[in-house]
Amino acid sequence: MLDRKLLRDLWKMKGQALAIVLVIVSGVATYVMLIGTMDSLNMTRDRFYRDHRFADVFAQLKRAPDSVKAQIAEIPGIGTAETRVAADVKLDIKGFPEPVTARIVSLPDVGQPLLNTPYIRKGRMLEPYRSDEVLVSEAFAEAHRLSPGDTFGAVINGRWKTLVIVGTALSPEFVLQSRPGAISPDYKRYAILWMGRDGLGTAYNMKGAFNDVILTLSRGARAEDVILRLDSLLDRYGGLGAYARKEQISHRFLSEEFKQLQRSADIFPAIFIAVSAFLLNVVVSRTVGIQRDQIAILKAFGYSNLGVGVHYTKMVLVIVVAGIAGGLAAGTRLGEALGGVYMAFYRFPYLVFELRPGVALTAAGITTAAALAGTFFSVHRAATLPPAEAMRPEPPALYRRSIVERLGIGRLLAQPTRMILRNIGKRPARSLLMIAGVALSCAIMIAATFSKDAVDFMVDVQFTRSQKEDLTVTFTDPTSKKAVYELMGLRGVTHAEVFRSVPARLRFGHRSYRTSIQGIEPGGSLNTPLDSSLRPISLPEDGIVLNDYLGAILGIRPGDMLTVEVLEGNRPVRQVPVVGLVKQYIGLQGYMDIHALNRLMKEGGAISGAYLSVDPRYRAEVYKTLVEMPRVAGAVVRKEEIRNFYDTQAEALLFFTFIATILGGTIAFGVVYNSARIALSERSRELASLRVLGYTRAEISYIFLGELGLITIASIPLGMLMGREIASYIARAISSELFRVPMVIGGATYSLAAAVVVVSACFSGLIVRHRLDHLDLVAVLKARE
Amino acid sequence: MKGLAKLYRMGEVEVHALRGVDLDLFAGELVVLLGPSGSGKSTLLNILGGLDTASAGEVVYREKDLTRAAERELTEYRRHHVGFVFQFYNLIPSLTAQENVAVVTDIAKRPMKPEDALSLVGLGERLTHFPAQMSGGEQQRVAIARAIAKNPDVLLCDEPTGALDSTTGIKVLEALERANRELATTTVIITHNADIAGIADRVIHLSDGRISEVSVNDVKKRPGDLHW
Repeated sequence: MLDRKLLRDLWKMKGQALAIVLVIVSGVATYVMLIGTMDSLNMTRDRFYRDHRFADVFAQLKRAPDSVKAQIAEIPGIGTAETRVAADVKLDIKGFPEPVTARIVSLPDVGQPLLNTPYIRKGRMLEPYRSDEVLVSEAFAEAHRLSPGDTFGAVINGRWKTLVIVGTALSPEFVLQSRPGAISPDYKRYAILWMGRDGLGTAYNMKGAFNDVILTLSRGARAEDVILRLDSLLDRYGGLGAYARKEQISHRFLSEEFKQLQRSADIFPAIFIAVSAFLLNVVVSRTVGIQRDQIAILKAFGYSNLGVGVHYTKMVLVIVVAGIAGGLAAGTRLGEALGGVYMAFYRFPYLVFELRPGVALTAAGITTAAALAGTFFSVHRAATLPPAEAMRPEPPALYRRSIVERLGIGRLLAQPTRMILRNIGKRPARSLLMIAGVALSCAIMIAATFSKDAVDFMVDVQFTRSQKEDLTVTFTDPTSKKAVYELMGLRGVTHAEVFRSVPARLRFGHRSYRTSIQGIEPGGSLNTPLDSSLRPISLPEDGIVLNDYLGAILGIRPGDMLTVEVLEGNRPVRQVPVVGLVKQYIGLQGYMDIHALNRLMKEGGAISGAYLSVDPRYRAEVYKTLVEMPRVAGAVVRKEEIRNFYDTQAEALLFFTFIATILGGTIAFGVVYNSARIALSERSRELASLRVLGYTRAEISYIFLGELGLITIASIPLGMLMGREIASYIARAISSELFRVPMVIGGATYSLAAAVVVVSACFSGLIVRHRLDHLDLVAVLKARE
Repeated sequence: MKGLAKLYRMGEVEVHALRGVDLDLFAGELVVLLGPSGSGKSTLLNILGGLDTASAGEVVYREKDLTRAAERELTEYRRHHVGFVFQFYNLIPSLTAQENVAVVTDIAKRPMKPEDALSLVGLGERLTHFPAQMSGGEQQRVAIARAIAKNPDVLLCDEPTGALDSTTGIKVLEALERANRELATTTVIITHNADIAGIADRVIHLSDGRISEVSVNDVKKRPGDLHW
């Protein structure tokens, strides 16, 4: 019978119950979505890595004869080793005028590749010894609508060649298909190609030789040990330093993404759960208050404390269970959608979306525990209420003058405004919790959407304030400075500055980091490092400036001596003083005066490439010429890089903003609506009295909704502060060697968050206003409080 | 009022609260509406006060037909012409005595000062007390002060002493009687307590939704002489 009462009680407060259910749904759904997506990406990645035998250690070198392969295989701790030829090539795609570069990797002509096996999506595998056949990465093929059978031009080792696409493929090595140094994958301007070892080896003068090693470790072997031995073996063949999987670019981006998902999964669901526990607390304690007489009668007729306690606990559980069920369903859907969004970035052959029972159980367990904890005191109060006391109405609340009035400005306020202030002041804890609840909705919005501002700022610093070139041209090998005159002679090139880029391992004490040192022209205008206040700095004649994050990784400060182990040419090891730290949000590099770097390398005026300013009218012409120049390895157009970055991010950003808006709105609505309904039930008598005394609907609405309005308004600045704090936590948590997230939140982000809060509050206000307009004046006056 | 009838629908049951009431109220008189519970007196008072509308018949207040008035006009009528006193006081708990009166004087056209209204009911010293700090009788007198402070044309009191003991009740009635005498406000008191009828100019007996008897007191008693 009590259960029937329970169902009817719930039906009576269905609006409020629904609002709480929605908040719980949001929490559980966010959790399931984030953890589920992370799980499924993880599972997908692991399965793809396993099925396609992703290598554990990678090494590039200048050139080594095939006989070295046997020596490599003898290194203890190596499972399988494979040697390859790999190179960067320029492509010429019909109807696409911008520079396109590709990484081309060899596949054995005989037998299956042992490691990093491509997954063929369309078409077929290469035929042995066909030097004109290639597999292209699926993302690139899709971006240019290329299919098996299509052809395109490529400049391989300075020679033009027409290649036939026989299939499209995916590889564990290129899940994130991103050009080294780029900030995001660029499927239009960067491709991965696979070609037969014989054909590629011939083109690169690598017949019977290799320049790329991939290997797996045997069980129990340590990557560090293998790398040490491999490096000393490959040293004399121009090894560039081997690295483990965790430094592999595609893998690293994936790991960072997982970290990001994990952080979000830590924060956002917790907020929802906290808010729903608070709402349940408010609703249950009010219900217990209203039902005092019912509790008394139940007890008078012999129901035990436990029986009453269980009854109200069930009320909580019904709401929680509905929320969990909805959350699991919605979370699974959203997880699939989010997985789809990620699949646009990460090229897996398939996506395994599976909700582990553990995830569902954790979500359900945490939610239930929080809800029960949040309502414990109310339920306990109901259970232990002595029946005789319960028969009496709740004692009237004692009001006081509000703080505002005690400050002396009370005289200026009309009675309705005093009522608003005193009502807020009467239950300070509840008012504060309500403010906190609404503030959280605002904070959630900000924390979930600030990344757009951060990204804008990051791009602005990197591509507007620091880098100003139109085009970066890289040569195939370090070249004499004279090469730049050829570039400057091109029609449309208005300005050029050379640079030297040297791969190196930087060491300080026991810490080291593998990166590159950028030698740039002092006083140049196209690429200027920025100090911590983002002002351009002039490079000193000697010494090195490090990115501040790299400085922190190495634990090095200006004035310390840095050990530079160059990974190219004669591989000199030098001591260089650190003379400053620079601010850089993307990548980790060291900067030197190009002359100082040349001196360090004991080379003349060698350059690796040049930054160019190009007259827009001649851009296409310049691009075309660059493709034809044999010494040019590739070119990157800054504007295109930025645009591509935004294009790739757009969908994900839209997805997150959309979700965050719905979730933020849900919380704001849930809190305001529930608080309003509770307040209405507490104060309908008072409001009806005022109506009887001649107050109009608008006037009592002011008194009633004014309180909600005031609380909503008060919560917005708090929400902004909280949002800022959460955002800054997220920014710190997801900052990595790949990029640092600057703590920048734009006005539009704040405004959107505030707008969502206000609109949700107004919406709940309107619903309640409808009830205010239909107050039953007569009924209210008859009943005793 | 003429042929006033009110039909409630309580679920599936129809209740005839009023079955044709004809009554005229005159300016300045004190009327006691007497009747057992369920006789329809509260319904009558609610209709008189513009809180409820009749199912049939008409209520005319100074040439204005209240039975055909819109919600806004009824609010206007309550705001400027009617004062209410309820059995359970219905004070605003978050406002002090003085402020509870000011709630009404703030929106009235020609109000008295809240302090004066409270002095009239003998509470001039308790202006700054909140309802929770006052006794039932004091709260009811605040309610009366609130009702008369706007200088209403009609003062409607629904069981004003119903929740009070007799000593306190008498104080409340004294306040009502004084307001009627000094301000010449038409006052209607409904009660089931026949003893109170002594203070009225006219006593109207109501039973089963109809007026059963109207009697005129030639000599009015003073509230202090009442006992119950």
